[in-house]
Amino acid sequence: MERRVALKVVGATLGASAFAAAMKPLAEWAETLTAEQFLQKHFKELEPEELARVLERIEEDARAKYGRTDVTVRADAPMEGVEFGYALNLSVCIGCRKCAEACHRENNHDRASDNSYIRVLEMDQGSLDLEHGNAHYDHPVPAPGKFYMPIQCQQCRNAPCVKVCPVQATWQEEDGIVVVDYDWCIGCRYCEAACPYHARRFNWQAPTIPADELNPDQGYLSNRVRPQGVMEKCTFCLHRTRRGQVPACLEACPTGARVFGNLRDPNSDIRWVLANKRVFVLKEELGTKPRFYYYFDG
Amino acid sequence: MNEKKLSYPGFLWKILGAATDGSVRFYLWMTVLTAIAVVGASAWAYQVRDGMALTGMSDHVSWGLYIANFTFGVGLAAGAVMMVIPAYLYDDEEMHEVVIVGELLAIASILVCILFVTVDLGRPDRFWHLIPGIGRFNWPISMLSWDIIVLSGYLLINLHITGYLLYTRYRGQKPNSSWYVPFVFLSVVWAISIHSVTAFLYSGLGGRPFWNSALLAPRFIVTAFVTGPAFVIVLLQLIRRLTRAKIPDGPIQTLTRVLKITILANLFMFASEAFTALYSGGSHAAALRYSLVGLHGSTILVPWVWTALGCNVVSALLLLFVRPEARWLNLACGLSFLGVWIEKGMGLIIPGFIPSTLHEIVEYAPSLTEWRISAGIWAVGLLVLTVGIKVVLAVLDGRLDATADHS
Repeated sequence: MERRVALKVVGATLGASAFAAAMKPLAEWAETLTAEQFLQKHFKELEPEELARVLERIEEDARAKYGRTDVTVRADAPMEGVEFGYALNLSVCIGCRKCAEACHRENNHDRASDNSYIRVLEMDQGSLDLEHGNAHYDHPVPAPGKFYMPIQCQQCRNAPCVKVCPVQATWQEEDGIVVVDYDWCIGCRYCEAACPYHARRFNWQAPTIPADELNPDQGYLSNRVRPQGVMEKCTFCLHRTRRGQVPACLEACPTGARVFGNLRDPNSDIRWVLANKRVFVLKEELGTKPRFYYYFDG
Repeated sequence: MNEKKLSYPGFLWKILGAATDGSVRFYLWMTVLTAIAVVGASAWAYQVRDGMALTGMSDHVSWGLYIANFTFGVGLAAGAVMMVIPAYLYDDEEMHEVVIVGELLAIASILVCILFVTVDLGRPDRFWHLIPGIGRFNWPISMLSWDIIVLSGYLLINLHITGYLLYTRYRGQKPNSSWYVPFVFLSVVWAISIHSVTAFLYSGLGGRPFWNSALLAPRFIVTAFVTGPAFVIVLLQLIRRLTRAKIPDGPIQTLTRVLKITILANLFMFASEAFTALYSGGSHAAALRYSLVGLHGSTILVPWVWTALGCNVVSALLLLFVRPEARWLNLACGLSFLGVWIEKGMGLIIPGFIPSTLHEIVEYAPSLTEWRISAGIWAVGLLVLTVGIKVVLAVLDGRLDATADHS
């Protein structure tokens, strides 16, 4: 009996030490996290002075990591009386993908995966069936018999991604932008399964960006460099648009296919498009009520 | 009576002893399982450190082997209730004697599910964000928050029932029915809820036509009543062969009758889904076509899905037309278990993402990391189940008995 107990103790010790050795990478990873990061509250629960401290810390980390003293991380609030809307003229878009490229740079996307929040589908004239779209065309554009449909976050009024998130890490702001708190997301990717527009991306590993290509003008809820293991998405460049600038994708568009503005301002360009063009939204039957509109001329 | 010997810590100490005593074969089994679990733990540690790029998943197929196994595990846990219903609702005496095996299976399966969800998280360090009160639990809007509630509830109910029954038996008392029978009935309803809610996770997504079907929850329940009985039928025979415990034939026959019906019901539901999608055509059928015959030359899932169908059909035929000899029965159980396992993963979770919501076809195959972690988690489940059964048998056959200890 004594011998059996001794053997059990030896067995348990061996098992436990094998387990401890197996978990070593986890311990290394845990060392990169601070208690402050671990305990950080949800964005909406941060008091102003707490938020200021968090922004300062993220700024310092980014400055140290990329050796760039010009990095600023801000958390601009939504503007009073503003609800953003976006419209895209499919008759004008030539499928050059300058918008996707501008998004890639503006939003500090991972270089290795060539990530962008915009996918451009090449479609056959005469059909709006996404099933026959092709996102991987590689020839001069516009190709005969084709038209082009850039797709990004539709900033839905009834957003499936917001509904499914188990921890409220993603929500809709006053100006209609659906944002993600990268420091609160647990990375379950339920929102990625729920989105009907393939608008969400996951950080499968820590993003890599050359220091000289880093966009130093960053927002907490938008284009700051994301941590590993969390979701991200298009925010209509809220770090720009909340300061009166246009989104990077619009600025880069050579054809003027993109119209951006305040849906609550009756004199805005976007309202003119909605009033005067035959406008449609993607997958209207799903009831997501997008703030992103498509139209054709004529 | 010696009160000290009856104490709860004393009980736990005895349990630890009983759980770790056994033959050479037992130690070998436990060592192999531990080794697999350690390999899985190591793979997970690397995955957390280096990122989920180590998996085969992508932004197109953003759930894979982990969520497939999670879904299957919930079914296994719910399926165990197929022992509880005959035992308590139909007063099947023989089933009553072995029903605790089903409850142990439920406990082990839920543990497996919780582990699968945990390894699927990109940020497991933020798990506390899910805790109501401390984090920001999105209840009642998110179906995932419901799932967390029903799964942990089911775990607690089953832990309470088995724990209470064992403890009273150990003390030589008659269990007080008002302390556990209400929980047993609750567990029946609860079992249905865990797999329904898990189905709602998927069927509630309008953007995924393959999952967006009202038949999904009933089908989940039916498949749960395939895998639960199939597993328990084999498990009861193993217990009979490997231990001194007396396992009556009645429960095995009852469960076989259940299996005969549920396996056919599942095939019928599959046919019904397939007809609706394929006859009406259009994009709703794209995922099904992809999994059955491939789409635009992409065919990774095809062999899996046909294997699953083959397993289920052969198993149904064996149960219907072959005399219920043990080896054929066990083969039928094994095939249906494997069939549903594939159906839940490669047949349901993966094609939900292919083609993607923008109709792109990006295929998925699990990486070595995913296989290692998944095997490790199932090994942990089997470890827990083995230990649980050992303890239960020790208490039930009187080797662990507080009143007998000092007589």
